[in-house]
Amino acid sequence: MSRTDVDTGIAERPQPPREAAKRPSRPRPPLSREIVETRILGVLKWITIAFFLIATLFPFYYMVMLSVRAIEDVALDPGALWPPRGVSTAAFGEVLRSVDDGGQGFLTFLRNSAVIALASVALTLLVSILGSYAIARLQFFGRRQVNFLFLAVYLFPAILLAIPLFVFFTRIGLRGSLFGLILVYASQIVPVTIYMLRNYFETVPESLEEAAALDGAGRLTIIRKVSLPLAMPAIMATSLFVFMIAWNEFLFALLFLVENRQNWTVSLGLSQLAGSIEVAKTTLMAGSVILTVPIVILFFATERLLVEGLTAGAEKG
Amino acid sequence: MREGPVVGAEESARAGPRRRGRTLAQQEARAGLALLSPTLIVVLVMVVIPILWTVVIAFQSLRLRNLRTRLFDFSFTLDNFGNVLTSPGFLEALKVTLIYSVVGTALSIGLGLVAALVVRKPFKGRTLVRASMLLPYVAPVVAVTFAWTIMLDPELGIVNAIGADLLGWEERIPFLTQESGTLSIFGLDLGVPTALIVVTLYQAWRYFPFSFLFILARLQALPAELDEAARVDGATPLQRFWRITLPQLQGVIALLTVLRFIWTFNEFDDIYLLTQGGAGTEVVSVRVFRYLTGRGDIGAAAALSLVLALLLAVLLFLYFKFFVGRVEEADAI
Repeated sequence: MSRTDVDTGIAERPQPPREAAKRPSRPRPPLSREIVETRILGVLKWITIAFFLIATLFPFYYMVMLSVRAIEDVALDPGALWPPRGVSTAAFGEVLRSVDDGGQGFLTFLRNSAVIALASVALTLLVSILGSYAIARLQFFGRRQVNFLFLAVYLFPAILLAIPLFVFFTRIGLRGSLFGLILVYASQIVPVTIYMLRNYFETVPESLEEAAALDGAGRLTIIRKVSLPLAMPAIMATSLFVFMIAWNEFLFALLFLVENRQNWTVSLGLSQLAGSIEVAKTTLMAGSVILTVPIVILFFATERLLVEGLTAGAEKG
Repeated sequence: MREGPVVGAEESARAGPRRRGRTLAQQEARAGLALLSPTLIVVLVMVVIPILWTVVIAFQSLRLRNLRTRLFDFSFTLDNFGNVLTSPGFLEALKVTLIYSVVGTALSIGLGLVAALVVRKPFKGRTLVRASMLLPYVAPVVAVTFAWTIMLDPELGIVNAIGADLLGWEERIPFLTQESGTLSIFGLDLGVPTALIVVTLYQAWRYFPFSFLFILARLQALPAELDEAARVDGATPLQRFWRITLPQLQGVIALLTVLRFIWTFNEFDDIYLLTQGGAGTEVVSVRVFRYLTGRGDIGAAAALSLVLALLLAVLLFLYFKFFVGRVEEADAI
């Protein structure tokens, strides 16, 4: 800019000559804007990646580190980045031991969470495989409307749904039962899983199903023998997605199960633990680790599958 | 959306075998509804009817303790709405919800965009970096909020410890329980809503991976030719980003804006677990929860949640009317 600003006579004129001058001289200047920007951005990129890695990983590292320190030790030296006085697994013992043995009974909570998450996966898949296949493949009245309805329904706040379900389950005595919660989870996730699976079913070549139909296979046989095996990656991704949501869920677990300690999930148990003053923060962190580890293992083991399943169709914009 | 190919496929399917006199189209319609019926029943019973029922409850004077006797008492009243809308703190909660949603949405999408741009090109360890960046989003909300709570704790937290040791903070900052603090920059004392800022930053941290994931997927599907052509024409990296890449991301960013805004607006878990809605962070959904469990006032809770949903609908309507129209015009040019 400053070079061309010298001839201030005509405002519009400096532009074209500058462009023209730039092109032939490109190999020469060692510090063109292109090179400067590329270098600065190249450095900034790594700084940014480092920043994101620290920001995303540090809270998890901190969680694990606190869970293996003694609480007195933390109070003495809260700024330590490394357990200064050795590692102790006492907090984990306290969290996992049953209430009768003076612990917090997280083993029971782990079992509850696992049952709820697995049953939600099973129920959701059963319902949504049939439904998404129908929406993807079959021509019937109201197909588009159903599609729209499912997405629209998902926009309502969970807390709005929670009120009538709370009333309903209180009234029929299902509040406090694992079964009620599984039903709630499955019904809330079904609209999303239908959407995910439908996208995938649409990519399965129809000719394969037609061939099976010509061989005399019925609709359900076709789904079971042809479409399902082909859609396996999407079904796996969907299962993982449902499992994670059900495992992590908090609001409905809190509303429905809080009065029935036997049925608490890990999330709920942990949140209730935080309310009592005599529980040390390190114990709380041990509980958080127990809650997080299964999800993190599952996630890192299946990251590629999950990411592809979730963003299928996003490439289209 | 994909009418063309689908219709063509149906035509060819019609040439297949027929059963029992019914046309194949009829058979298909029946099969479609049969297969869809479990879904319809589940969603109808557990989602659609509850939503409609909320509307009914909002006009009943229903409380937890008179649930057995009053549930089917349909003498409708507008009291719930009156109480909820005029109760002290309602407007404040509305303001907090809006600030939290707008700033939180913008921050999480902005961070997601930056994160997607830096891992766009392959490098060693990229898969691991990408997975790490998704961690805040997939980890259980209860665990991550507790990690944050303890990190920010005035006594035991590492943030205050570092602040005191390295940055010379004179007093410890109770990040999650302080409604407003003073921030001194260059001798200027600015009043800041500490807890609200912290929960908004937390929300950006936890939800940027969602935007990151979708923007990255879109970025990797962009045709390389445009960028290449611009480079040959002498456009610098920054110019290429603003003029070539960003316009192509407009669609996905608009979609993310809607989704993230809806979800942040309805957000409950994170704020409840971080501050229980205290210290000036009471968003409307936390208030609904308070009505429901604290006071056992089911009618008021339903009324307030309806207000929340209606407000969201109005905001979305405005968004689509004023912004999306413009984006599409810009696309056309």
